Formats: sequence, C-alpha cells, structure tokens
Amino acid sequence: MYIKIAWRNIWRNKRRSLITIGSITFAVLLACIMRSMQLGSYDRMIENAARFYTGYIQIHKAGYWDEKIIDNSFSWDQELLAKVENTEGVNSAVPRVESFALASFENKTKGGMVLGISPEREHELTRIKDKMVEGEYLQDNDEGAVVSEGLAKYLKIGVGDTLVLIGQGYHGANAAGLFFVKGIAKFPVPEQNNQTIFISLKKAQWFYAMPDLITSMSLVVDKAKNVDRILADLNGKLDMNYLEIMGWKDLMPDLLQGIEIDNISGRIMLWILYAVIGFGMFGTFMMMTAERMYEFGVMMSIGMKRVKMQFSVFLEMLMMSSIGVIAGISISLPILVYYFYNPVFMTGEKAEAIEQFGVEAAYFFSLQPSLFYNQAWAIFFMAWILGFYPLYVIQRLKPVEAMREA
Amino acid sequence: MSGVIKAENLHKVYSETKIPVKALNGVNLEIMEGEFTAIVGPSGCGKTTLLNIIGGLDHPTMGNVLVANEDIANMKDGELIDFRLKNIGFVFQAYNLIPVLTTLENVEFIMLLQKQDKTQREKRSMELLEEMGIADKANMRPSELSGGQQQRVAVARALASKPKFILADEPTANLDSKSTENLLDIMAKMNKEENATFVFSTHDQRVIEKAKRIVTLEDGVIISDVKK
Repeated sequence: MYIKIAWRNIWRNKRRSLITIGSITFAVLLACIMRSMQLGSYDRMIENAARFYTGYIQIHKAGYWDEKIIDNSFSWDQELLAKVENTEGVNSAVPRVESFALASFENKTKGGMVLGISPEREHELTRIKDKMVEGEYLQDNDEGAVVSEGLAKYLKIGVGDTLVLIGQGYHGANAAGLFFVKGIAKFPVPEQNNQTIFISLKKAQWFYAMPDLITSMSLVVDKAKNVDRILADLNGKLDMNYLEIMGWKDLMPDLLQGIEIDNISGRIMLWILYAVIGFGMFGTFMMMTAERMYEFGVMMSIGMKRVKMQFSVFLEMLMMSSIGVIAGISISLPILVYYFYNPVFMTGEKAEAIEQFGVEAAYFFSLQPSLFYNQAWAIFFMAWILGFYPLYVIQRLKPVEAMREA
Repeated sequence: MSGVIKAENLHKVYSETKIPVKALNGVNLEIMEGEFTAIVGPSGCGKTTLLNIIGGLDHPTMGNVLVANEDIANMKDGELIDFRLKNIGFVFQAYNLIPVLTTLENVEFIMLLQKQDKTQREKRSMELLEEMGIADKANMRPSELSGGQQQRVAVARALASKPKFILADEPTANLDSKSTENLLDIMAKMNKEENATFVFSTHDQRVIEKAKRIVTLEDGVIISDVKK
C-alpha cells in the first residue's frame, strides 16, 4: 500500500512531477554524455601515448629515465626476454632503440626521432602496419626506413628516395647512414607524425654502434588495469640494480597531470549542473510537502506513525529520482554506444588548431559502467540529502497545527 | 453502560499570542459507551479544543483525560498515535480522505495500519460501504465523489477499526441539507446497530436535533448537559 500511495502521489501533480523527472533525466543524459566524452578522450590519449610512445610498462637500464641518452642502454638477451614474457599478464615484450638524428633529403633537414624496432613485435604493440599509407612495412633486418607522413612532407621525400641520418652513437661514436624510404606511415598525434623514423632494430644497433643493446623494452599487457600487479611481479624477478621498471603513470606524468586537471574541471561542471538540478528537486520536494500538510495532519490523527509517513514520502522521492535516472541512462546509452563505435572526427581549421596542441582532433566516447552508476549515485545522494527536508517536517509535525495552518 | 471517556478538570491555555487565551476552563465530562453526543456552543467556545484533547491530538494544560481507563493526557506523541489508531475514529470538517486512494482503500487504510489481513480488511470495508450506501463507489477516488459521499466514506473509515468512540468535528459543516440528513441517518444507524459511540462538535441544528445528549460549552466551561 505504501508503494501504491507513493507511486500515485507522484502523479497527483503530473506536470510538476514530469518537469522534475525531466530535469533529472536531462541532467543524467548531459552528465553521461559529458563524462563519456571526457573519459573516452582520456582513454584515447592514454592509449595513443601508451601504444605509440611507451607501452603500459617499460624496462630500461637504471637511470635511463632521468638521463635519456643512448649510453644508458642495456643488453637484451633471450633469458631476460623469457623472464619478462613468462610473467602473467604480459603478452609480449617490444625492444627498441630510441634516439635522435638529423634527417636530411636534398636541401631539407630536420631533427627526427629514430626508433629501432623489431617490426612484428612493434606491430603487436602499436598496430603500426595499420598506419602505413604508402609503400611497405619493415621486416627483421630490413635496410630501409619507414618515415612518418608529416616528416616526409616536410622533407619532400617519397618511397624509394634515400634518407640521410646523422647523429651521435653509443659512447660518442659517429652515427651516419643512408636509408632508402620503404614506406610512409600516418599517426594521429601530430607530435609523432611530424618527426618519427622507423628502422629495424638490427639496423639501429648498427647505426648507433651498439650491438645487442637496446634503450627500452615496452611491454604489451593483457589489460591496462593489471599494470600494477605486473610491475610488482617484475620487480621481484629482475635485477633492479641494473634495470628500472616503470608503469605508464610514471612514464607519462605530464599526460596524467593534464588529465587530472581536465578531469577536475569536468567534475566542477558536473557539480554545477547537479546543483542547478538539485535546487529544482528541492523546490518540488518543498511544494510536495507544503501542499500536503493537512493530509499529513489527518494521516497522523487517524494513527499513521511518523516513520511510516516518512517512508512513504521517501519512497516518492526515490521513485521520482529512479525514473529520471533510468530515463536518462536509457536515452544516453544508445547514443553513447553509437558514438563509441563511431567517434566524431573534426575536420578543417578547427581540427588543425586542435592538432597543434598534440591532440587527436576527434571526440571519443567511453562506455565505462562507472560512467552510468556514478550519475545514478549522484542523483540518489542528492535525493537522499534533499529528502531530509520533508522527513524533518514530518518529524516536527503536530497534527492539530498542521490541519489548522493548512 | 460504562464511561468510555472521562475528562476531569480540563484546562487549556493557548500562549502563542501576547495575551494567553483560555480555551477550556475546568471541563468535567463523562461520555458513556453507545452515546450519541453533540458538543455545541458559539465559535471560540472551546468545542474543537475539547475534541482535540479527548481525541489525543492535543495535550491539556491541566487536568486528566481517561479513555477506557487510560490517562492519555500524559502520553507521549508516539504512544498517542498508537492509542488513536486502536481506540479512536475521526471524522473532520474538511473532507479528510487520502486523495490518491480509492474509496475502498481509504476505508481499508486504518485496518492496514493495524496490520489486519487483506481478506478481513476487504470484507469489513465492503460491509461498511454497503451500510453507507456507497458500495458502488468502491473503486472511485475521493475527487470523483460528492461532499456527502466523501463524508460517508470518512465515517466508514472511522468505524472500520471498531474504535471505542468516534469524534466528529463539525462533520456536516460543508454539506447540503440532503447530504447532512443522509449522513446523520447513517451515523444514527451505526450508533444503534454497532453500538458505536459518537461525539460531535457542531453548530448545526439538524445534528443537535438528532443527538441524544447535548453538552453546551461557553467560554471554555460546560454550561449545560442535557440528555434526551
């Protein structure tokens, strides 16, 4: 009967209830879309960075991260590889030689990041084959190079042309070499697209005069959430006096900090949105209470206990909030599913302006469950807090006064 | 017959205004089981205050109220709510039904609060609605009923839990003469058939004529108590 009373009371004033439910629905819808876009973009940024730059975990020689020079390289052998790859959650290990060199073609020169890679392993981490736009991808012991599209454009170099690289090798050796351009790859993040050159690991070790050495080993993990556990496992297995192991949060502190700052601003926006909705809900609850004072007085007179009245009124608020939350989530879910699989890519000047900041010019969406239940909790929490008002009024209610004043 | 309500030296002073108002000034009254009593008097004489106090809705400033030999004047609010539920039926001047419940559900409501089982509730409610002549309105909401019909539902609800007595505060104040006549006939019938004790406060001459006992209040004091 209490559920029946609560449900029917909601529809006593249909227009008001619909407006309140509508505002909750709108708030949940907006919040879900806003947060989905934010979290989707964060995930994408982390994934882009982790997939392209770093992997979710990296192993280096101790001290390399503080002083990223080629002299801080470490030797890579089958024993180390086996230790790493036999760790639960590690799918594969991707060795790299990373350094810089001047890249030159005809009368154009530009500083570039040279990545010596094991082609198949690298593809497993960065899906680099999928980014090829021209020519062919590298093979083990390949003599050629894959140049990023932005750099190729700058140098006006094409497939089959010869790229000159000049840099500094291991322990101060000169590094100079000619590499024919085997392919061109396009990357979403402009910072990478404008400066990267891929050569095979063997060729890089030859170029920098560092046989059997690598600067980093990035790990392909099964799930990003397992990173902390894998880090702990590897710490126990490897010689930590010689090596250092870092997770993506340590590898990309600037990105993490940027995300956190942006996340806070997103949350502030949400709080403002919920505060506005909260005032609307409070107004409804106040009206609901005020117009039923006589009724409350009568109910108490005939023997209804305060706690039962409070329960019934609380049920009303809970039902109203639930309808709003369910409606909000139901509307937002198909929209977000659609955009999750079909991100919105920007074009034109707007896209260029965004890409200048090193960010992919697209809106990505997330479907994390927390996205939805966090909005539900926020609304329920608000209803719970605001619900204290009618509960308080009922607690203080004196039937004679309530009926007289009404 | 035994005394259902016994008010002894009841005083009630309202102190909310600058000048305290003495609403009751030493009222002594005993209502016997099965009585059909009207409390009459001019506006402001203390009728509603007296009804509120003997109904456990308000506390006296001084004096005792014994209902079925229990002193309700000193009961706490929570105890009074329970006491009212078990012992007292109310009919108010304004229609006092729960607007979102049907006629049948309104009558059932008190029995629900008393935790009676559904079959028993429905049987008793339908019996009462038939007695009141509104069984055909069982599934209607109060807003679909006339004022007289609503008051009949209120009387049915007040009787539903078989209380020790029923307090009716100006129950006919908002009714036309035909509805008043109907309601009074029903209450008189219930008084006779179910031996229900009724106490009214009223200005209405038609109610006064039907009453078997008339208690007249003036300035918070009983100035006459006549049994017909």
